[in-house]
Amino acid sequence: MRYFVRKTGFLILTVWVAVTLNFVIPRLMPGNPAQAMMAKFAQQGPISPAQEKALALMLGLPTGSLWSQYWNYLWDLVHGNFGISYSYFPQSVSSVILNALPWTLILVGLITILQFVVGTLLGVYAAWNRGKKFDSTATVLLSFTSAFPYFWLALALIYVFGFILKWFPISGGYNGALAPAFNGQFIGSALYHSVLPAITIFITGVGGSLLGMRNNMINTLGEDYILLARAEGLKNRTIAIRYAARNALLPIVANFAMSLGLVVGGSLLMETVFAYPGMGYLLETAVSNQDYPLLQALFLCITISVLLANFAADIVSGILDPRLRKGAVR
Amino acid sequence: MTVERTQDPSSYVEQQQAATVLAPVYGQSDAPIDPFPTKEPNAFQVVWSNKKARIGIIILAVFVLMAIVGPWIAPYSLTDTHFPPGKGPSLAHWLGTTQSGQDVLTQLLNGARVSIFVGFVSGAIVICVALVVGFVAGYFGGWVDDVLSLLMNVMLVLPGLPLMILIAAYIPHHGIGEIILVMSITGWAFGGRTLRAQMLTLSRQDYVVSAKFAGESSLWIIFREILPNMLSYIIANFFGAVTGAILAEAGLEFLGLGNPSITSWGTMIYWAQNGDALLDGQWAWIIAPGLCIALLAASLTLINFGIDAVANPRLQED
Repeated sequence: MRYFVRKTGFLILTVWVAVTLNFVIPRLMPGNPAQAMMAKFAQQGPISPAQEKALALMLGLPTGSLWSQYWNYLWDLVHGNFGISYSYFPQSVSSVILNALPWTLILVGLITILQFVVGTLLGVYAAWNRGKKFDSTATVLLSFTSAFPYFWLALALIYVFGFILKWFPISGGYNGALAPAFNGQFIGSALYHSVLPAITIFITGVGGSLLGMRNNMINTLGEDYILLARAEGLKNRTIAIRYAARNALLPIVANFAMSLGLVVGGSLLMETVFAYPGMGYLLETAVSNQDYPLLQALFLCITISVLLANFAADIVSGILDPRLRKGAVR
Repeated sequence: MTVERTQDPSSYVEQQQAATVLAPVYGQSDAPIDPFPTKEPNAFQVVWSNKKARIGIIILAVFVLMAIVGPWIAPYSLTDTHFPPGKGPSLAHWLGTTQSGQDVLTQLLNGARVSIFVGFVSGAIVICVALVVGFVAGYFGGWVDDVLSLLMNVMLVLPGLPLMILIAAYIPHHGIGEIILVMSITGWAFGGRTLRAQMLTLSRQDYVVSAKFAGESSLWIIFREILPNMLSYIIANFFGAVTGAILAEAGLEFLGLGNPSITSWGTMIYWAQNGDALLDGQWAWIIAPGLCIALLAASLTLINFGIDAVANPRLQED
């Protein structure tokens, strides 16, 4: 029980750190983005003090002491009030994000889990047949593919399958002629558009899962209890799956978070290449338009999603591994 | 003489975890450590004898050479923009030309410097921070360890790229120094935790305990007794950090958060993407820099297979 309490505490702590970093970083940097924004407006003509005040209110320029700013910020967060987006004016940041979130969550979430499962299974196979053809080909090939920058692989795939072969659409998340709706036509179009993004995430992610599981499994296969199992004359399949893989998997699940952070980061860049209407594309828009309210809210949403996924992985590994629960190990 | 693995369960699982994260790059970390490695073949021979590592070393050497002599062997001047713009590969321009009439091959050869420089400098800073934090936490233990470990764990779960983007977006001036800074701030936690686990194990070995009883100072023990025995972990972590930095730099530059007027592989892809290079059929402009980034990053990963073999005999190829 203590294990779960501690993990919950850690979740709360990390969320607080993310929230606070989000508050502190803009204030640590020289210059004030909102003032830069005002300067931009000022170039188009002189600003009267009244206009300046109106602008400051609209952009949500911070007022008051740092402490009261912090409390106001927390208060706004709790109420889901992230301000107004500069680049999607006059839409609120939260409505812009809510439109984008499902796209990323479904695509990146599903494919990440898929590549994790497939990569782990292949890793078991590679470790068991260590040094054979599949193992040596896969390890070299996949250390290469997992070194691909996501966005670059996305570009290459677009060029080959979108531009030359014309099998798949080049950009977007659905056919622009269709209105988003829950009908077969729209979902079909969305699926069709998601093929290349999905392949990108899968190819760049699967290498890490495979290599991680392979190396862990090799270590596990060197343990005494595997030798014992062999001596007992158990079937290879039983040894590989029931004895070695199960134990090799535990640390992998526990470290799901780190790989998740990488995958999410890479997927964000991938989305900008495909102009896929998710969080990554928004992030690029926010960066190139200096849309700071949107940027900050995106950072928080992405980070908190990763933290929640990590928390889930912690809970799962706590259930799988009694040593963690019993507090025998940290 | 082989020293038994420490019986402390906490360090054991920490290592197991650390090992798994790094596994693609790096391997297990609780191998018995031989404090008297004189009988062994020297470390470079072990690394070199690994086929994957040998491929990696050769690729890396080619890129380093490219970074050194690139600007001299480039066919044209970097500032030369009078070529027919947006042309595909030809005899005069092996990789074609850019939208603004520059030679892509010339850019590629010049860009090697930036990517390698940023990668290795960031990697070096990251590993130094990781070493200090990891060593202090692992060696002194107690509340120092608790605080630093918590800090590292928090930094580890925060997704790196979004944090880098947030920081980079607020920095008013975008240059190489800023990119290195951003990556140094965000990248150290991973190495820190791995090195801490190593430190924890090593600092409880008999020979270290006896050095303590003999009255050696902490610094002496850390640098003379412990550091040499975890050199392979440090190097593996260093290469891991360099790989991460190279990929992250490319990502930041691709988003336009680098300095677009510097010629690097990341900014080349940024300009190619903005210039619709693919739709004009100028594929070489995008493929070439991306392939270089991928090859460079992969070469470091491959070298780490060999370094793993030094640290962990189980992973040595028969």
